[in-house]
Amino acid sequence: MTIVFEKRLTRSRRAMFLVPVLSLVLALVFGAMILLVFRVNPLEAYRVMVQGSLGSGYALSETLVKAIPLMLTGLGVAIAFRMLFWNIGAEGQLAMGGIAAAYIALFWADRLPGPLVLPTMFVAGVLAGAVWGLIPAFLRAALGVNEILTTLMMNYIAILLVEYLYLGPWRDPQGYGFPGTAQFPQVAWLPRLTGRVHVGLIFALVAAVLVWFVLNRTRWGYEIQVIGENPRAARYSGINIGFNILLVMLLSGGLSGLAGMAEVAGISRRLYQGLTVGYGYTAIIVAWLANLNPWGILLVAFLMGALLVGGDQLQVALGLPAAVALVLQGAILFFVLGGSIFVNYRVRIIRGHKEAKEA
Amino acid sequence: MEDLITSILTITIRAGTSLLYATLGEIYTERSGVLNLGVEGTMMVGAATAFAVAYHSDNIWLGLLAALLVGGLMALIHAFLTISLRADQVVSGLAITLFGTGLASFMGQRLGPGGTTMVGLQGPAFQRIPLPVLGDLPVVGPSVFTQDVLTYFLYLLVPVLWFYLYKTRFGLHLRAVGENPQAADVMGVNVTTTRYAYTIFGGVLMGMAGAHLSLGYLKGWADNITGGRGWIAIALVIFAMWDPIRAVIGAVLFGGINALQFRMQAAGTTIPASFLNMTPYFFTILVLVMITWWEVVRKRVGAPAALGIPYVREEKR
Repeated sequence: MTIVFEKRLTRSRRAMFLVPVLSLVLALVFGAMILLVFRVNPLEAYRVMVQGSLGSGYALSETLVKAIPLMLTGLGVAIAFRMLFWNIGAEGQLAMGGIAAAYIALFWADRLPGPLVLPTMFVAGVLAGAVWGLIPAFLRAALGVNEILTTLMMNYIAILLVEYLYLGPWRDPQGYGFPGTAQFPQVAWLPRLTGRVHVGLIFALVAAVLVWFVLNRTRWGYEIQVIGENPRAARYSGINIGFNILLVMLLSGGLSGLAGMAEVAGISRRLYQGLTVGYGYTAIIVAWLANLNPWGILLVAFLMGALLVGGDQLQVALGLPAAVALVLQGAILFFVLGGSIFVNYRVRIIRGHKEAKEA
Repeated sequence: MEDLITSILTITIRAGTSLLYATLGEIYTERSGVLNLGVEGTMMVGAATAFAVAYHSDNIWLGLLAALLVGGLMALIHAFLTISLRADQVVSGLAITLFGTGLASFMGQRLGPGGTTMVGLQGPAFQRIPLPVLGDLPVVGPSVFTQDVLTYFLYLLVPVLWFYLYKTRFGLHLRAVGENPQAADVMGVNVTTTRYAYTIFGGVLMGMAGAHLSLGYLKGWADNITGGRGWIAIALVIFAMWDPIRAVIGAVLFGGINALQFRMQAAGTTIPASFLNMTPYFFTILVLVMITWWEVVRKRVGAPAALGIPYVREEKR
């Protein structure tokens, strides 16, 4: 008996839908096994997670709060992944966006006319993220330096820069030793829609439309697609790959920078340690689970937001580490990765001799 | 002055040990054509497992063994997903790191006495033992030849791994699988088995790297104990151009940066700690840029040609 994988001519639609759903179920079973090893009742744990993330209006709004940065960074990461540029640096780009926005809010808010403060923060955040993304893009385009490592190393540098600023020169002198900057003046607060859900949600929805439009309705989007699917064909047809890398990373880094701006102006209203909690890494999972599709990213970001809020609830209600959410994220990704073979291949089990295959 | 050199050399080697184990693991993995970006997560789980098992059993060797097993298991997940199920190697590696980071942090908070945290616990640790005769030498005696067992084992492992890779038939097969799996297949080498074997072997070494962090270098568990060392190891593989001996130079270089950072912090410099902590990451980028540039100039590519490409017998590339 042999197992044969036959390449499908077109990707299986049924598998594309079933694989993520089954992956989620299998990941929950896998997570339950880990919870059992640690002597935790998995049903109780999952109930707390669902209740705490989706079970009430407040829970839903908190889930949205976490979904906003995931949507923005997820979209940013996805557009880079479309052309197989492995931007693992969303976390650092987000941090830089937060720094730039905080700089405007802390030092320019009283010098700028009130209505201009937030737009300036918006532009500063986007620009800072874009520049941080442009550095590895340039190194890759000009010299061919591996972007996985450069984007990642730049995350560590950006996170340490945030730490330096809120512990050092920008520290709140009246903060009684609290590690963070002073609270921003009110003109620099992003308006809130309900609960802690802020206008960043609208940024994210607009960004999704923008990314969808660029990818599906423009020549540039077509070029990105070609580079991602067949770099050699792209080069032969005269597409400038290096220039596209720069452009894509400008957009990708800019979206993550915007996520950072929205976080500091919408949630914390100051720069502190809580800015870099791993949204940029979860974004990779979000983008991949959504098949790099903008609408899918909105949905998956919401689900991942629920998972994160659920993880926090575990900590509050059951005293369990919030890292359970990370374990589940990793497990979901494993199953989706493993399951994607069913999207591209038809699996057949052949009984009898191997010759049967050749016949 | 002599004391200063001795102390810098000592910390360099101590900090470099786990880096070198991880780098060697990734070199063997990549030589077989598999890119494993899960080093950081694998090391993290290795460190947590090693400490937890050593602490509860009060047997440091049992802790080490557990870390090696867990490292191999993490790599097995990656091997199964990428070799058998042909999943994307980059994403699978990232998944390993995310999963490992979460799992290790979970373990760190639950595996102390009575389900409490492991942070701040004192457990068994590998002590530094001077070697007879060699340990009495000036300067190198108290530094190079006064280390823990895992570092000594590394002194033996590096030449062995080099010899195996370049001078044995199995090493030739390994390199062939990474360079040209079709040709290796024709030669009668089982590509799948070879890739599985060396990916798992690489994971075992990554587990060892983690164990040295929590049982040797830092002697305890702390959140985010690896601090990006796994990623630096991946950069060192490129720096070493996939050669075990050259990996030593890289590990010493980065261990040295660590040592300097240590000395400067101890000496109370005016440079803020955040900036000192940035140096390894900054240097990794610098080194990467220089190597890539060097390769472009010399038109020499050291990477295994089939790195990252799944091997499917029926499909012609």
